[in-house]
Amino acid sequence: MEVLLALVIGVLGGAGVWLVLRPRTFQVVMGLVLLSYAVNLFIFSMGSLSIDHPPIVTPGQAADLQNYSDPMPQALVLTAIVIGFATTALFLVVLLAARGLSGTDHVDGERDDE
Amino acid sequence: MNPSFAPLIVVPIVLPLIAAAVLLLVGDSRRRLGSLINIMAAFAGLIVAIALLWRLNHAAGVDAIAVHLTSNWAAPFGIALVADRLSALMLTVVGVVGVGAALYAAAGWARKGSYFHPLFQIQLMGINGAFLTGDLFNLFVFFEVMLAASYGLQLHGSGWPRVRAGMHYIAVNLLASSLFLIGLAILYGVMGTLSMADVAAKVALVPPGDRGLLHAGAAILAMAFLIKAAVWPLNAWLVPAYTATSAPVAALFVLMTKVGLYSVLRLWMLLFPADAVTSTQFGGPLLLAGGLATLAFGAIGVLASIRLDRIAAFCVIVTSGTLLASFATGSVAATSAALFYLVSSTFAVSALFLMVEPVQRTRSEQHAQNPAYDNLPDEDDNLDDEALPLVGRAVPVSIAALGLTYMACALLVAGLPPLSGFLSKAAILTAIVGDDGASTIPTSTWILVALLLVSSLFTTISLVRAGIRHFWSKGGRFAPRLKLAESGSILVLVVACLLLTAFAEPVLRYTRATAAYLHAPRPYVEAVFDTPPRPGPTTPDYSQSEAR
Repeated sequence: MEVLLALVIGVLGGAGVWLVLRPRTFQVVMGLVLLSYAVNLFIFSMGSLSIDHPPIVTPGQAADLQNYSDPMPQALVLTAIVIGFATTALFLVVLLAARGLSGTDHVDGERDDE
Repeated sequence: MNPSFAPLIVVPIVLPLIAAAVLLLVGDSRRRLGSLINIMAAFAGLIVAIALLWRLNHAAGVDAIAVHLTSNWAAPFGIALVADRLSALMLTVVGVVGVGAALYAAAGWARKGSYFHPLFQIQLMGINGAFLTGDLFNLFVFFEVMLAASYGLQLHGSGWPRVRAGMHYIAVNLLASSLFLIGLAILYGVMGTLSMADVAAKVALVPPGDRGLLHAGAAILAMAFLIKAAVWPLNAWLVPAYTATSAPVAALFVLMTKVGLYSVLRLWMLLFPADAVTSTQFGGPLLLAGGLATLAFGAIGVLASIRLDRIAAFCVIVTSGTLLASFATGSVAATSAALFYLVSSTFAVSALFLMVEPVQRTRSEQHAQNPAYDNLPDEDDNLDDEALPLVGRAVPVSIAALGLTYMACALLVAGLPPLSGFLSKAAILTAIVGDDGASTIPTSTWILVALLLVSSLFTTISLVRAGIRHFWSKGGRFAPRLKLAESGSILVLVVACLLLTAFAEPVLRYTRATAAYLHAPRPYVEAVFDTPPRPGPTTPDYSQSEAR
């Protein structure tokens, strides 16, 4: 599972970086979204991956990572998702404003003749 | 262990939040009330910050660190707000610049778009929070609060140049936030904690096998901070964003680079202290190199700039470079001098940003808003080419005042005597060169000395050139109409610098204590861990309250 998750994070991150470097605003915002997915998965994986382990302590079972999954990264990732979502939405509004003001979706507002 | 005024440290965060909520209710229609509340809230923040500074200055040892457990959980759990000397100093700087920017905005900028005041207060809240928090993830949250507000403020007034610069600014900062999160996640993976005090306590226990991961995490985290601090080559976003935005917002944004620098300083000192066994001052040479490169880049940029707002923006980069390089030398004396420089340069550059518009008004009649009707020519006056009286034309008060203030700002930014800019630069130079005369001085220090002097020279040249163009040549003919709030705001900042000059000795004593304590983070850790949760009304009889 670690290998699969690492691959997923790598692909998402790589695709995100590539898209962020593209000249169209829509590609940039998609790249940022993919990057934030990669980052969120990365934070999540830092709590050591495990299946069928609850994050809530039950009496009589030692409270360590053998028996439970770490609740902390889950809480962190939730916050990170919300913040990332909000800032991306805000960025989209700015992109729309830029599109309206410049008449093109180039990140510098210049029509390029590709 | 915990000083009695600990609850006071919540105020710098909660006060702007409440003010923002009230300002939302007041709305954009009642502008005067909105401006008044905004200024009052900023002023109250300043008073609280000074009170905190005063109390901490008169406390010693562990008492000089005020801790507030926000959720009333004992130290490694929950989020602690920590106010030490450095935090209090930064809060005071925020307070002064906040009052200045709020006053200036009241003169007109606040009306150029919607929701200026709530965003302004939220921005103050984010900056204050970042200076106060004792938790890494909470630092991220306050960064985002600050940035989210700054996105709105940066675009305030709209228009294509602003939106274009804002688009780049937001994209860069979103990327920086991703880096921030990656760094946080790695640190959490290595240490299992995000409380700054706990991180500092556990960093020595990290096994050698995980050291590489720790360093990688710290480095990625530092990248996020250095982007915010506008360190070369991560600072291409700064000049367009700061010049495109409105003047009061630019003045406020000067604080944001300081948040990045503060975070670097704080975490570097906590994670890799000089007295540690391993990873002593890890990354120091890189930080120094980054600071030197930034300083060189900023100095060249200042020299190449013609427009006053661009000069001011490059001055921000110069100060960032100076600060980072001085911090990175890793000596107590240099850090102390750099903190003094931070205060002085922040005020001066903010004032410079605020002066851009009034100064440009002198260039043409159209911008002057109020053509000088007090010197309309009489019938038999000796007229010059443009039919303006040549003899007996007094320099209008507004131009004289503006010129003098501009000169003060230029002296402050360039670091020429007799104002605090000179004192701070001299303090830095003596600290890095004459620290311990016996040992040999490394080459990097000589480069820093040279760059500091050259950057001063370039700033002087550039500011003098702009001054001649705006005040002496054709430009200075028209007396600009200055609103009371505008001149008041610039005066606040310049007077703050004058006070800093007059009381340089006590301030330097304060920064010396701050630096000494930063370099030995043990009291910070102890203060946070020794703060007990407050017994609440439900604590003794927990079961009963639950049954009800």
